[in-house]
Amino acid sequence: MPRPQLGESGMKPDNGISVARGPADYIGEPLPRANAVRLLAGRGRYVDDIRPPRVVHAAFVRSPHAHARIVAIDTSAAAAAPGVVRVITGAEVARLCRPYVGVLAHIKGMQSAPQYPLATDRARWQGEPVAMVAAETRAQAEDAAQLVEIEWGELAPVTDPETALDAATPVIHPELGSNLCFERIVDSGGVDEAMARAFKVVEATFLTARHTAVTLEPRSVLADFNPADRQLTVWLSTQVPYMMQWIIARHFALPETRVRVIAPDVGGGFGLKIHTYGEDLTAVAAAILLGRPVKFVADRLESFASDFHARGHRVKARMAFSREGDILAVEVDDLYGIGPYSGYPRGSANEGIQVANLVAAPYKQRIYRGRSRAVFQNKPMYGQYRAVGHPIACLTGEGLVDLAADALGMDPAEFRLRNYIPADAYPYRLVSGLTFEKLSQHEALEKLLAMMDYRRLRAEQAEVRRRGIYRGIGLASFVENSNPSSATYGQGGASIASQEACTIKLAATGGITVAASVVEIGQGAEAMVAQIAATHMGVPIGEVKVVTGDTETTPYGGGNWGSRGTGIGGEAVLQAAKALRANILSFVARLIESEASLLEIRDGNVVQVESGVVRMSLEEVARTAYFQTERVPRDFQPELTVTRSYAQKTYAGVYTNGIQASYLELDPETGVVRLLKHWVVDDCGTIVNPLLVDEQIRGACVQGIGAALYEQCLYNADGQLMNGSLMDYLVPMAAEMPDIEVGHTSTPTATSELGAKGAGEAGTAGAAAAVMNALNDAMKPFGARLYTMPFTPERILRALGKTGER
Amino acid sequence: MEPLEFMDISVVVNGTRITRRVAARQHLVDFLRDELGFTGSHLGCEHGVCGACTVRVNGEIVRGCLMLAVQADGAVVETIEGASDSGGLAELQREFHERNALQCGFCTPGMLFSAAELVARESPPTREEIRLHLSGNYCRCTGYQSIVDAVEAVCRGRSWEKAA
Repeated sequence: MPRPQLGESGMKPDNGISVARGPADYIGEPLPRANAVRLLAGRGRYVDDIRPPRVVHAAFVRSPHAHARIVAIDTSAAAAAPGVVRVITGAEVARLCRPYVGVLAHIKGMQSAPQYPLATDRARWQGEPVAMVAAETRAQAEDAAQLVEIEWGELAPVTDPETALDAATPVIHPELGSNLCFERIVDSGGVDEAMARAFKVVEATFLTARHTAVTLEPRSVLADFNPADRQLTVWLSTQVPYMMQWIIARHFALPETRVRVIAPDVGGGFGLKIHTYGEDLTAVAAAILLGRPVKFVADRLESFASDFHARGHRVKARMAFSREGDILAVEVDDLYGIGPYSGYPRGSANEGIQVANLVAAPYKQRIYRGRSRAVFQNKPMYGQYRAVGHPIACLTGEGLVDLAADALGMDPAEFRLRNYIPADAYPYRLVSGLTFEKLSQHEALEKLLAMMDYRRLRAEQAEVRRRGIYRGIGLASFVENSNPSSATYGQGGASIASQEACTIKLAATGGITVAASVVEIGQGAEAMVAQIAATHMGVPIGEVKVVTGDTETTPYGGGNWGSRGTGIGGEAVLQAAKALRANILSFVARLIESEASLLEIRDGNVVQVESGVVRMSLEEVARTAYFQTERVPRDFQPELTVTRSYAQKTYAGVYTNGIQASYLELDPETGVVRLLKHWVVDDCGTIVNPLLVDEQIRGACVQGIGAALYEQCLYNADGQLMNGSLMDYLVPMAAEMPDIEVGHTSTPTATSELGAKGAGEAGTAGAAAAVMNALNDAMKPFGARLYTMPFTPERILRALGKTGER
Repeated sequence: MEPLEFMDISVVVNGTRITRRVAARQHLVDFLRDELGFTGSHLGCEHGVCGACTVRVNGEIVRGCLMLAVQADGAVVETIEGASDSGGLAELQREFHERNALQCGFCTPGMLFSAAELVARESPPTREEIRLHLSGNYCRCTGYQSIVDAVEAVCRGRSWEKAA
């Protein structure tokens, strides 16, 4: 199909009759994003770029201790400091904002304690906000924050998940009776028997580091309360405006209709910006108290110390298999430390649930036992981050698969192919109760092996090894949840929309305005919306204007999390566009005394289907409906603004699948790993814009690679963060990253007309596992294996037995 | 003697001479953003690692968070807004756009300034050289590949022109 041009219009009228081409199909086209232009010109508008009159700037006083009583707070010196407008303590915020508890009713046995925006009697992690200073400038606020005097009574911190449940360990919330937040057990029965009679059993303990999203734009909030009309406006760097609207309204007891949340340009989300943060609520409280706009932008240190963290799991797992190479049983025991409270409103359970559910999920899974336990820690809050739990489940399962293949002397690709869920077995129900609608694993593997020229690469690996060069090839089959139903949150009582909506409107000049509940966070949501709307309206894409990220101008929806923007939000757009098109065609049919079925919209004109002859331009349609209503039959009211909603209700989630491969070189003298190449085959069903999907997958892979090789929040036994800067917390930079080749298989979901599944998280789900398997492949000649992430040179040298040699 | 808390500086920003009294401790990007409203330069770490605050001072790229505003006294400063308006980054911006070499855009102004240094070189850099050169600019969204592709395309195009 020829690529449509931006803003291309129909043919010029000739002899009074113009003929339009066929309807444009923008779905699947690699179009550049319209909204990227202003970002490239430095004319984006992030929260910190918004500067209303009389804005005050906030700085937070944070706990220096992981666990301590607040004996006394003296704010008098800070309050008297230059430029200070107000100092606010936990007790004051607590009077305005009700506490919150991060539990979900449908997760059995889950418990947490009430949390306040600022610590009141006790601080429970180092970096927990305790007081806010609002001043005329940020610098003045920071100066004054240092003058807030707090008398602390230090308490023993709980910082090791392994001992968190021991009787000797203090309980962080005594009223809960234990440091256990929740436990999930999945059990088919028969695991012990299968393990006992198997040909062999392999086992390993997989450790992921606690790490975090490190969005380049830190968390940012600007809250403005107008006491005259009691209207609160909050500009927030968020992925979920409606969720935050509900939370703010609920906890401040404000009418939801008086709380407007706006997500302007958002400098990266990745799940970091879907949580409730005390700083945001305190900014709201300050705005209410002061009647002035209050801004807070986290600096990098406080981001590391107070952003939600993720991962940090210890997974003991084993896999039994037959002499022929069939997986017989899998057992998984996962333990991880969350923060001192379960995150609100999503809970801190999802990573563990995915691990308990999904280890070795790509494979025929009949006999399976999974357990996951989340324990409270005196460390920062913990929760959903890109690919929630999937990377851990993937590296556990794929690590075991490679161990099993190795034990049998079987090629790891062959072992995978042999054990995949059979292609004719879908929909396939897992022991955990989840159902895979349809995966394309055999095809994905075949495609990947061809892309990487697997045989040649294996030959090359063997050839260079003879020259003392240690290269490794690692594969990782992955699944990734997308298009979640209310089973994730709504069903558990969380006020997080499972549905998305779209309002589409014919403008008076014939253009199309589309307001969508999905949020643009750089992933290209607005481009996706425009491509779907233009296609189903039959208008040039340049005629479509997309509005997102504002609770007052967009219809209701859940925003961006769980790989659902295109799969759910895009389907709402498709249905809205179809409905508006149908309304327009019925209207024109009535006007020209024709049948709607004989008409369609092409290039922004209503035309005869058969001849393509233009009957009315959309501008004329709008003019007639809006201005020249005398031309409209009295018994007919055209509806040229339409809203449609969509929720996926068939499955708990529509799972995507794919496979990744890593090719790397290990320097056994230094322990340094060099990534040579990375490949991905991903199946996200219908692709709306491959340009956007591919680079999003690459970015997701790089986050997974970061977890494998670099990223960790290091805490000492006292719960003190040891690496709170970008100099000490390593993130992937361009030089260390390989080229990443992306291919696709396509299995559109039958749950929607669009057929799209999520694409944003899959790269992260499989990348770390592929790197881990490649590293272990490279270390094979040394008889060494490593399952503790990140794979630092020190750890690699230790695994190779090369430390302490001198 | 008491340390000076404020100093008068005179600096040319995006072609306009500006004279201001600034806090001695204020870094250049806070000055550009807070005092002059050039919000295209971003703050990602404020300790010189992420590169989001990269601007040009007397034609050289600097970390705007590691330079004080008072150090820019007498200098010529160019931000993304100025460099965009002058058209100096147009080729890079076009290639970045065509290849979706940005997602959230927060790193992009700094990334463009760093990339422009490579474009200005005599001979086109290799992909490895591009990756190395851009490694002072953190991007969390892309996999860097589209950025490298875009810079490579512009450098190649330029070398064609130079050869012609």
